[in-house]
Amino acid sequence: MTSDSNIEISKINKAARANTIKRLGGFMALRVVMLFVTIIVGIYITILIANMGGYVDTIMRNDIRERVNQQVSAMTASKPMSTENRAQLVNQMIALEEKRIGLDTPFAIRSFRYLKNALTLELGRAVHMVSDHGSRQVSNIILERLPATLLLMGTSQLFMFITSVFLALMLSRSYGSFWDKLVITLSPTSSAPPWFYGIFFILLFAAVLKILPFSGMLSAPPPKDTGAYILDLLKHLILPAGSLVIASFFISVYNWRTFFLIYSSEDYVEMAKAKGLPSRDIERRYILRPTLPTIVTNFALLVIGLFTGATITETVFLWPGLGRTIFRAVSLYDTPVIVGTTIIYAYLLAFTVFFLDFVYAIVDPRVKVGGGNN
Amino acid sequence: MKNIKNILREIARYPSAIFGAAIIFLLIALAIFAVTKIPYEEAIRLWRAGEETVYRNPKNVPPQWFNFFTKKDLPISFAVVAGEDEEFSKVVTQGETGSTIEYQYSFDFQYDDYPQELFLYIQADYQIKNPFISVVLETPDGEQIKVTDFGTAKKQTYRFSQDDKLITRLRRIHGRDIQVMQGLFSVPKSEPLQINKGVYTLKILASTFEKDSDVRIEFVSHGLVFGLFGTDHLRRDLTTAILWGAPIALFFGLVAAAGTSILSMLIAAIGAWFGGWLDELIQRITEVNLVLPFLSILIMVGTFYSRSIWVILGVTIVLSIFTGAIKTDRAIFLQVKESTYIEAAQAYGASNPRIIVKYLVPRIIPLLIPGLVSAVPSYVFLEASLALLGLGDPTLPTWGKVINDAYANGALYRGQFYWILEPAILLMITGLGFAMFGFALDRIFNPKLRGM
Repeated sequence: MTSDSNIEISKINKAARANTIKRLGGFMALRVVMLFVTIIVGIYITILIANMGGYVDTIMRNDIRERVNQQVSAMTASKPMSTENRAQLVNQMIALEEKRIGLDTPFAIRSFRYLKNALTLELGRAVHMVSDHGSRQVSNIILERLPATLLLMGTSQLFMFITSVFLALMLSRSYGSFWDKLVITLSPTSSAPPWFYGIFFILLFAAVLKILPFSGMLSAPPPKDTGAYILDLLKHLILPAGSLVIASFFISVYNWRTFFLIYSSEDYVEMAKAKGLPSRDIERRYILRPTLPTIVTNFALLVIGLFTGATITETVFLWPGLGRTIFRAVSLYDTPVIVGTTIIYAYLLAFTVFFLDFVYAIVDPRVKVGGGNN
Repeated sequence: MKNIKNILREIARYPSAIFGAAIIFLLIALAIFAVTKIPYEEAIRLWRAGEETVYRNPKNVPPQWFNFFTKKDLPISFAVVAGEDEEFSKVVTQGETGSTIEYQYSFDFQYDDYPQELFLYIQADYQIKNPFISVVLETPDGEQIKVTDFGTAKKQTYRFSQDDKLITRLRRIHGRDIQVMQGLFSVPKSEPLQINKGVYTLKILASTFEKDSDVRIEFVSHGLVFGLFGTDHLRRDLTTAILWGAPIALFFGLVAAAGTSILSMLIAAIGAWFGGWLDELIQRITEVNLVLPFLSILIMVGTFYSRSIWVILGVTIVLSIFTGAIKTDRAIFLQVKESTYIEAAQAYGASNPRIIVKYLVPRIIPLLIPGLVSAVPSYVFLEASLALLGLGDPTLPTWGKVINDAYANGALYRGQFYWILEPAILLMITGLGFAMFGFALDRIFNPKLRGM
């Protein structure tokens, strides 16, 4: 009889598990579709804005006409040419150039071609921009700039994230102390953006004290010796990374500290304290564990945020990163580069969101996928 | 009424709140002062830097109070009109066919450096025969340096340091090649050059050859310090931008923050109340907006469409409505929606708009206000950031644009720190004021944070 009921229970369990997997699968499939639709809409809007709804075409056409006219007059400077022949040559060259850029098809059709290419990560060729190695491929332009951005953003953001979470945890243990009050008092300083501190840093350390370089990533010419090279890089990194850190450090510590404090005033923490558990255990089991999803989410968003770069800080420090490339692309009306950087970020964001959803759906018992009615 | 009193009493308990509120109050006062002192059209005109608005200003010099901090006393800029300013005397001796006009201006030169440039701006009234002018500068030693003499046109500008004949004369006095300003204000033949401190007198003699002929002379000295805030590379007085930066920053920050938080709250309320496809649509828009690159789009709008502050403001608000705020607001509204008093309101037949405006929205106001105040700095700095990228409104004098000008013209490399620090410190103060006030409000209105 007992074995019978055991079999019954295991059957029910199996059915329940199968049901859960089915629901989880359904939820995830729906989520993928929704995220994909989100990306499509977002990228299409970006394409429309980046082309001014087609107006950039007019700018580019005029640009091509002017350039071709100049070329032709340079070509025909030494040998005279009849007006008709010349006009024919100009028109031919314009048609060729427009075909190269793709201006021969109407924008409405082209916009969807752009969309398809973007979604399949065929970033194509830049209109005006050229990578330092001479490539016109958007992916090369982006890849060339990525290391500089990842270095700057990676060092500053990771440093800030780790130190602020740890500091916040320490402060939440001793709230009301001097350091705690200091952080609270200093947190409004984060209302200023990084470039703002950057200017002050340049003024102080480069212009007045003359101990650190004004801007750039390496001295010219860069040192040949590897050790000296790294040292030179670090010297150039201090000010931009420092301003990125200082601009959001105090608010970050403050927010995490408040977040931890809210969790550490939960009843089950009080209960654990009453039981006399050591504070290290309480921290690890009752405070860190329930807050882990938030920490992980923030960390994941921070990591993908690294890939967008810091446009203005990079501009102020003349740091050869992605952010500055995006700014230059916009000023040059180079839509493929703008769309290329956007699609990469969009994909990274979507993947991260999906991945986090998936992990939480599995890990967190409170997340009942599809409503737990049965 | 009692409620407001209570809130005020709460606020008074936080020193940072009082401090922040005081800063905001001062900024508003500064903004009102700026708008009344320099009307809008006047500010735009001054900032466009037409020659008639900047001819009295030296190029790229720090403010006058800079002298307190330097060992060297730098010459102050001045401009005097003969006959109109008391020290610049104008004596007319009427003759039969014309007149002789004597001008005299004495100034005490006790500085440790030479002025940038001296000018005479001359306006002569005559029919056919033009007046003749001769200029002499008397040094403290009593020596008369002949500056120039010429028959003047109806409108003429004389620049001291570009007169080759004067350079030749000064070379004779000093016995070597010398620049005009150094030649005029140095002890003759001193080695190294020593500034001749004391009272200088500018003597001008104008002879007119017609009955009603008159000559108006303005003597302008471009010193090495100027006014309250100094000047920039286009010789604009920075006072315009420093004063007018306040109303523009406050306007942009407050309108963007208020517009964003109120609109996103209303949209969240509508979505939460009606639910269904509307709610779903709002959430999808929020997700799409997350993918859109905010700063890139603003840069694109600034580059492609328009740099007008209104357009940038509009785009900023539209892009900032559908962000995290809408999700937080929605979560609160969903909770409030289940309250019994909402049910009661529905039971007595309250309309949907009435429920949203009268019963849902008031519940979120305590959360909305601190968020709104704390959001102001980010928008103030956003405007400055766009200006730094060269995308500021082309006509308006703003703090961000001053920083951009200074940065683009290498103020940091050339040590012109006043140029960057003045607007930067004002931006910093603005940001700090709103952030401190907002933080304190957050603690007052959010019981969860109280005592933390």
